[in-house]
Amino acid sequence: MGKIEWAMWANEQALASGLILLTGGIVGVAGQFRGWQFAAYAVAAGVFVCLLEYPRSKRSKGTSVERTGQYCFTVCVKSFGPLTRNYYVRAFLHAAICVPGGFMLATVLGCVCLGIASIIYFVAAIRGEHWEPILPRKESRMPVAESIKNPPQNPPPRPPAETRRKRVDDLEDAAYDNPISVTDN
Amino acid sequence: PWVCWQVVWMGINIFLFVWFYLFYDLGPQFFYTRHLLGSALAWARAPAAVLNFNCLLILLPVCRNLLSLIRGSFVCCGRTMRKQLDNNLSFHKLVAYMIALMTAVHMIAHLLNVEWYNNSRQGVYDALSTALSNLEDAGNTTYLNPIRITNLDPQQIPTYFVFTTIAGLTGVIITLALILIITSSMEVIRRSYFEVFWYTHHLFIIFFAGLVFHGAGRIVRSQTTTDPPHNFTFCKDRIEDWGRIPQCPVPQFAGGFPQTWMWVIGPMVLYLCERLLRFIRYVQTIVMRPSKVLELQLQKNGFKMEVGQYVFLNCPAISQLEWHPFTMTSAPEEDFFSVHIRSAGDWTDKLIDIMQKLPEGLQSPTENTAPEMPRQMGVDGPFGTASEDVFDYEVAMLVGAGIGVTPFASILKSIWYKFKESNPKLRTRKIYFYWLCRETHAFEWFADLLQVLESEMEERGMGDFLTYKLYLTRWDQSMADHAKVHSDEDKDVVTGLRQKTYYGRPAWDKEFEQVRKENPTSVVGTFLCGPEALAEVLLKKCAKYSDVDPRKTKFYFNKENF
Repeated sequence: MGKIEWAMWANEQALASGLILLTGGIVGVAGQFRGWQFAAYAVAAGVFVCLLEYPRSKRSKGTSVERTGQYCFTVCVKSFGPLTRNYYVRAFLHAAICVPGGFMLATVLGCVCLGIASIIYFVAAIRGEHWEPILPRKESRMPVAESIKNPPQNPPPRPPAETRRKRVDDLEDAAYDNPISVTDN
Repeated sequence: PWVCWQVVWMGINIFLFVWFYLFYDLGPQFFYTRHLLGSALAWARAPAAVLNFNCLLILLPVCRNLLSLIRGSFVCCGRTMRKQLDNNLSFHKLVAYMIALMTAVHMIAHLLNVEWYNNSRQGVYDALSTALSNLEDAGNTTYLNPIRITNLDPQQIPTYFVFTTIAGLTGVIITLALILIITSSMEVIRRSYFEVFWYTHHLFIIFFAGLVFHGAGRIVRSQTTTDPPHNFTFCKDRIEDWGRIPQCPVPQFAGGFPQTWMWVIGPMVLYLCERLLRFIRYVQTIVMRPSKVLELQLQKNGFKMEVGQYVFLNCPAISQLEWHPFTMTSAPEEDFFSVHIRSAGDWTDKLIDIMQKLPEGLQSPTENTAPEMPRQMGVDGPFGTASEDVFDYEVAMLVGAGIGVTPFASILKSIWYKFKESNPKLRTRKIYFYWLCRETHAFEWFADLLQVLESEMEERGMGDFLTYKLYLTRWDQSMADHAKVHSDEDKDVVTGLRQKTYYGRPAWDKEFEQVRKENPTSVVGTFLCGPEALAEVLLKKCAKYSDVDPRKTKFYFNKENF
């Protein structure tokens, strides 16, 4: 138990909420609903949440799977330092963002979903998780050993050709005996 | 054939969508409703129909026992039919995506509907809309517009309406449940923490409960026939005369009968039965194999298996929720069924741990041994198509790569049993078995099996029945040196088998040549359990070495998924 980092699920939930908030906002604005201003806000908030949540965090244990093309987002999100690293901040941020969505029907669902994501992030923060950027690993080159620069000039010493040939009749005097019979195959 | 089923399913979805769209968009009884809502009515009802259909379907692929029942009874209908049942999880996901998509469309259309109903009620639109909306549900009038209140802040009325009607409230709750189910089913979550996925998935109970009641409020209203009839074409411009002239009595409306329960009740009952059906039997014998491989021999009344099938095992002592699949390694002729479990993660490690800790006496129980908790296991299955084609070929080339060798344990044992009993179903006279693996660690039990078969065959003077070659595809210098030093010995140093271990990958051309040379007139069936790349290679070789002349050797490649 406890292998999952709750932030993983919070991240999926928050991303989904961002999309739902965005969709609700678009419907509200396009349909010119009453309170369309809240819908317009929801569009902006939805986009913001999506951008914030798109880059996945690096897992503290196990392999992290990136989302396609998330590198640029990772860099942006990383630049905010502790604001984005800390999950308490995210939890409160999402809780705050979701509130105006509750004032209009079209955005209510996005509001509730984001609220749930906020709760899960809160749980993650309590358990001490934090956001780590997934950065490409720099290839650390092993320093090239000195000896590689000076290959040997001479072949290794061998006994002369006569003694090297296998002499089955005279095994005592042969330089060495092949343990496995050598045939050319 | 899998694609065929998907096309059929998609076809039904499209048909339902279009049919119901036209029903609501053209039906005369909805004329007045459409006046208030426009085409958003049809846009909401068409996905609703598709949702009904898909919610019916979604429970079916996860009724594993039902599926194996169907599979068993379709013995006549051919292997490809039965194999489709193995795609059940892909189908479940596909249906889930459709449900998600249709929910989105349905919800957006209803958002528009509620907003426009609200506007009508507020008198923002034309006189007809206002008149229609003013129809009360009192005396001898029935309402059309489900929004009845006007004395709240107009911006909040839609929200108030949604949360105070059955349809609205259930709709929000089940959509929320659906969203939570989907986010926790993402592959990342599913693989890391199965419990979260599984628990959250049970929100489907709330989903179905809400779904069944979703239409109970009957807020989709259509015009009913009155006596004398209200002809809307004539009356729509004579609002003031409604109720005053005989041609235009006040129009009456009624809500549609909720139908969703009719669609989903069947699968719900089936699924309930399915969950009650998982049974528990006791483990009979436990054998610990080297390299931390556990062999469990279980017995179950009425259990019928075939070669190459798999079961799901559950150990309540470790986790109530987890069911893991294992290929069976015993032959149907044996009176127990066995699985070989090797250490491959949390659950398997704990299982091996528990089994190792059991005192010796319990490891070979008698009838009177009281069943203890650690030895209770749940068994679900068997699943998977049987690979009975193997028995039809005179000469069989069996290729098992890595863990893919496991179903071959079952197959080889079964072939040998059938041979000993002179089972007429068995036409196999010669088997070539190729075992490819990177290392034999964790497969010593299979080597043991081969050894046993080898010695039995020797006893009967049937040493030629089975020819097997083991290929260690990952070897290093020390292994090669070790082999060189012991090359003179009779048995192989790695496996203890009479046949020597080869290093590297097989040279398939040579192998096929040899098989062809030794069996100049036979039909050879090649079976593979391993990676796709190898499948392609073998398919090509089978084609290359098959002779057009029917009297000569022919190779058939069987692309079975064991």
